[in-house]
Amino acid sequence: MNKLKSPADAISAIKSGMTIGIGGWGPRRKPMALIRELLRSDVSDLTVVAYGGADVGQLCAAGKVKKVIFAFVSLDFIPLEPGFRKARESGAIEVTEIDEGMMLLGLRAAAWRIPFIPTNIGLGTDVIVNAPEIKVIDSPYDDKAWVAMPALKLDVALIHANRADRRGNCQITSPDLYMDDWFARAAEQTIVSCEELVETEFFHAGDEARSVHWERSQTSAVVHIPGGAHPSSCSPHYGHDVGAFKAYATAIAEGGFSDYQREVIGASEADYQRSAGGLEKIQALPLPVY
Amino acid sequence: MSDLEANDAAPYSLAELMVVAASRAFGAEGEVLATGIGALPRLAASLSMLTDNPDLMMTDSEAWLLSTPNPISGRSATTAQAQECWMGFSRIFDNVWSGRRHAMVGPTQIDRFGQANISALGGNYQQPKVQMLGVRGFPGNSISHANSFFVPAHSKRVFVDGECDVVASIGYNPARLPKGYQLDDIDIRLIITNLCVMDFGGTDHAVRLVSLHPGVSLQEVLDNTGFELQVDGEPAVTAAPTAEQLRLIAELDPANLRSRQLKDNPPGVRAA
Repeated sequence: MNKLKSPADAISAIKSGMTIGIGGWGPRRKPMALIRELLRSDVSDLTVVAYGGADVGQLCAAGKVKKVIFAFVSLDFIPLEPGFRKARESGAIEVTEIDEGMMLLGLRAAAWRIPFIPTNIGLGTDVIVNAPEIKVIDSPYDDKAWVAMPALKLDVALIHANRADRRGNCQITSPDLYMDDWFARAAEQTIVSCEELVETEFFHAGDEARSVHWERSQTSAVVHIPGGAHPSSCSPHYGHDVGAFKAYATAIAEGGFSDYQREVIGASEADYQRSAGGLEKIQALPLPVY
Repeated sequence: MSDLEANDAAPYSLAELMVVAASRAFGAEGEVLATGIGALPRLAASLSMLTDNPDLMMTDSEAWLLSTPNPISGRSATTAQAQECWMGFSRIFDNVWSGRRHAMVGPTQIDRFGQANISALGGNYQQPKVQMLGVRGFPGNSISHANSFFVPAHSKRVFVDGECDVVASIGYNPARLPKGYQLDDIDIRLIITNLCVMDFGGTDHAVRLVSLHPGVSLQEVLDNTGFELQVDGEPAVTAAPTAEQLRLIAELDPANLRSRQLKDNPPGVRAA
């Protein structure tokens, strides 16, 4: 099966009103080129589930989002994500605010095709007060209260991997795969962009296959976009782009996301990479030191 | 270390005093993951691992557990580190839910119950006045394992009157206690601020003064705390860093990031 697609073809699986999940974490290994392709589409009314960074902020700023299910949205070195902040403070979007671990449990429940996973997370906090759709239940085994974290079923997941083949084998060589495997498993369809497109034989050698964290049956489409995580990092290929994030934050502060979209995001990824200084510059961005 | 040696130590900054005071939170913890969020809490955990608790576990703030802590400054991406175990974010949650962790975090608001907020200020759920980070891992951390708070600017804006605008972590609040839980199931340890050290050892887990930093008056702490603070007897003075602790802190932070964490980097002993 050949799952290789163009960015636009792959993204056409996303329809208005869908629930999408986005892999990565804050400013790290986000499928930003796929997000940019989504920004260029006429899709709207999305529900977004993510450990959010500029992916969530830009979709909010562009008016694509109906609801965000989140534990945080942050660029780390810019702690308060500007696009998300503006959307929240203007009341423009609905939210369900949950704990980081609750999100993992919700994705697992969806992946395992069960309605909820019991947990103590959220008890005693405003998470369960503000989101009454998350139920507190009795246990058949003890007399304590438990939070029934509902399955976070995704129509589509978007993920950026280091390598993939046309069959949908995806390799994450970054030190952390975050919850990407669970996003892939929680979704009906998973679109993966990759730094390097390889032949399947690549994975035969040594322990390369050890860093393939979900089966190809969980991958629906593969898109080859070197530099596709920019301005987020894609360790070990490149680090995050401080200047590009700052330029985005400035654009939001000055109220001009439509200008940013026209001038920076552009009509294609080639346009975008030109505005970012070119692929070579992206690939030379130093890895962050924590 | 005799008193004489301690007194011989070089002058120290308030940041260094706070790091040493905060490191005591981890001293008796044994083999748990110490997570210090921010430069000074991370220094505190690192210092503890190098001194009184070598069994402590720490990450590289990315994806590996380390046998010995990384310096918090002055490293490059290619500097070797003493990694001993993969510890990606999903495994962090396995550790959190096991209870074998002690996190030291810096909330924007803390109330008298020890409930904390990093999510949002003012307004309401649909439209906060100020959107901050979101609740992040606070709900799960607070009900799973020990937590301490690090507050660089002690004020009534942080130590609020009433409850936090968003209760992101469970505290010693009887009104919010879940069915089947006791207040003793909650485990909030120390609060280290730029003025003092406090804990939750007061009556019914009330916030209690542990020690005042050198030169800080009790009145100043009370004036800057939005809730009633329990004070038992004459307050102690926070212990000064030893020369050895200052040496280790400098080694862990060669680029002196610690000097940029508190406004104007004040000295540890306030001028009279």
